[in-house]
Amino acid sequence: MSQAIQFDPIRLPREAEELRLEVRDFLAEEIADGGFDPHRTIMKSGFDREFSKRVGARGWIGMTWPKKYGGHERSFLERYVVTEEFRSQNAPVTSHFTADRQSGPVLLKYAEEHIKEDILPKITAGECCFCIGLSEPNSGSDLFAASTKATRTEGGYLINGTKLWTSNAHQAEYMIGLFRTSPPTKENRRHGLTQFLVNLKQPGITINPVRNMAGKHDFNEVLFEDLFIPDDHLLGEVDSAWKQATSELAYERSGPERFLETFYVLPELVRVIGQKPDARAAEGIGRLVAQLHTLRRMSVSVNGMLQAGKEPVIEGSIVKDVGTIWEQNLPAKARDLAAFVDDTPSNRSNFDELLQYATNIAPKLTIQGGTTEVLRGIIARGLGLR
Amino acid sequence: MSEVDPLLIDATTKIFEDLSDPQTLNSATTDDWRSALWSALEESGLTLAWVPADNGGSGASLADGFSILELSGKFAVPIPLGETLLAGWLLSRSNLECPSGMMTVAPTRPRDKIQMTEDNRLEGEAFGIPFANVAENVVVLAHKDEVPHIALVSGKDCIIKSNPGLSGDGRDTITFSNTTPIKIAPAPESFSGQEFCIMGATIRSMQISGALQSILKLATDYAQERVAFEKQISKFQAVQHNLAKLASETAVAIAAAGSAMDTINTATQYNELVFFEATSAKIRTGEAVGEATAIAHQVHGAIGFTEEHILHRYTQRLWDWRDDFGSESEWAVELGEMVAERGADELWPLLTAR
Repeated sequence: MSQAIQFDPIRLPREAEELRLEVRDFLAEEIADGGFDPHRTIMKSGFDREFSKRVGARGWIGMTWPKKYGGHERSFLERYVVTEEFRSQNAPVTSHFTADRQSGPVLLKYAEEHIKEDILPKITAGECCFCIGLSEPNSGSDLFAASTKATRTEGGYLINGTKLWTSNAHQAEYMIGLFRTSPPTKENRRHGLTQFLVNLKQPGITINPVRNMAGKHDFNEVLFEDLFIPDDHLLGEVDSAWKQATSELAYERSGPERFLETFYVLPELVRVIGQKPDARAAEGIGRLVAQLHTLRRMSVSVNGMLQAGKEPVIEGSIVKDVGTIWEQNLPAKARDLAAFVDDTPSNRSNFDELLQYATNIAPKLTIQGGTTEVLRGIIARGLGLR
Repeated sequence: MSEVDPLLIDATTKIFEDLSDPQTLNSATTDDWRSALWSALEESGLTLAWVPADNGGSGASLADGFSILELSGKFAVPIPLGETLLAGWLLSRSNLECPSGMMTVAPTRPRDKIQMTEDNRLEGEAFGIPFANVAENVVVLAHKDEVPHIALVSGKDCIIKSNPGLSGDGRDTITFSNTTPIKIAPAPESFSGQEFCIMGATIRSMQISGALQSILKLATDYAQERVAFEKQISKFQAVQHNLAKLASETAVAIAAAGSAMDTINTATQYNELVFFEATSAKIRTGEAVGEATAIAHQVHGAIGFTEEHILHRYTQRLWDWRDDFGSESEWAVELGEMVAERGADELWPLLTAR
């Protein structure tokens, strides 16, 4: 093994816990004022631009970014608290979450100064939605098979090809796209791909909805026909996008959103089971809570280690692997444990509705953002096996 | 975050490497290693780590002691070090002087209860007691009219029915029948029988974490040595995914045990959070044992099933440890009852309390 697995028992600092109370107050007010309905947002798109603007006004988007770009220079552990509190209440974060988590940090690192000055403050104000242009019809887990072409032209590039499974492309202002600028080389099949900032509100782009099996429109097919991207929208080095995935991936993999996507089922399970559970139900709930608690400790630990400048790459992948499998299994376990709860409508209609939805979306949880198989490959590499 | 003394860890590692090497112990034909190992630990003050210096111990922090026990798990140390540490901690909490020599504790199952009569005699049965046969003394949690007491009992005064357990370390039955303790004292105020079991459970969580780290290393090393179908078996994706899962379960145990240990080390008194952290850790490390030992054996194939190979020194102890001081099922029922009692809306605040 190259390095021992490490999970420092990190606790959230006081300023993060103080922030938690502020966030809870904010969410309680939002819910009370009808800003969002914690049960209904799950089944809707979760895209709410006005909500995102209110979050931005509180300073909770781009929290860790430099102040000169509209950021707030707070710690990753403070951002962690905001993320988990929002998730626990099913707050509609879709409009800003992707930009906050990954697109903004990519721009911070690789975009030209005038682009950062233009776009980052819009993100932190909650006025700007990003989507991720990685997957294609013939390139999913195998990212380096991407074939959408960026061809050199006067002052920039012409893009031709198709991106697929692009969540929220129909609502987003921008995409960070991965396009082929050169063929792969014999020595390095990862060579030849380049990251670009794509303004989606311009000619040359067609966005078609792809409805999912839960009846929701998140996915899209994005067609590019001679879309012009100017040179200054290049992100990083030409042909070398593969070098640019670094420790940020650990943030993306280890956040609370990687095990809380079906969390709403658990408190409702506790509610329908009641205060005096039999041994079977008590054991089931006890195990689920112990598992979830441990996942959260692992996730906080990875974020704390990242904040401290360590690079817990294998640990981040482990959090996502264990976390997504847990959130995927949660609806099935809840179904088992609630099997003997009386089904008078008043008793369990809310639980059943949420359970139904969670069951329907469960299959995607171990696919999105890196499949179980890919993650296990990464962990195996960390163990020195490949 | 709890700090652990690195010098202490180095010194303990050296002792285990020299005197508790699993391969050496596995091929030993006598039990001579036991007294040599124990003497070395005793001379270094490790056996009384949790006894304050004023009482003749070495007064190490709880975190130091827990880390020593994680190390003992890494070496599958087959002596009652964890039990002796716990015994010393219990005696000291009741201001009783701590003897030298190996000790064990009773009861180690949450449901077993030892009673103390009006004239301070012990009555009752404790099942699954580790190392009862080699322990010179047993520290017993006994109740006199529901008031917890700590008693020091000579091993000679106990009726012991041997049971080797899965590892051979012993999971014996001790019967107390009109048994007179050497010393006895009421447990300190606020001490509950549950706290005793929670400390024991966390010791086991740490040992499990240590042993899982070792079987992960054994399995990854072996997969890279063993050739089948003309390549190292570590090159097969099915094997890689199994090992990745083993690594994940090990990671879970490291995080769960480390968090519980840190919580106990920094808590000013036993409370609901300690209970929550420690039971979660014992449940989750216990679950990890099942999955991880199955994979480690699968990767090793037939050789791992032999007496000659050291894998069983870990896996059999892991199976014993997950039963001690409350199994996954036992603690899950208690934790589930607590969560249900608090109600649905109190679940998130509990999870995010720290």
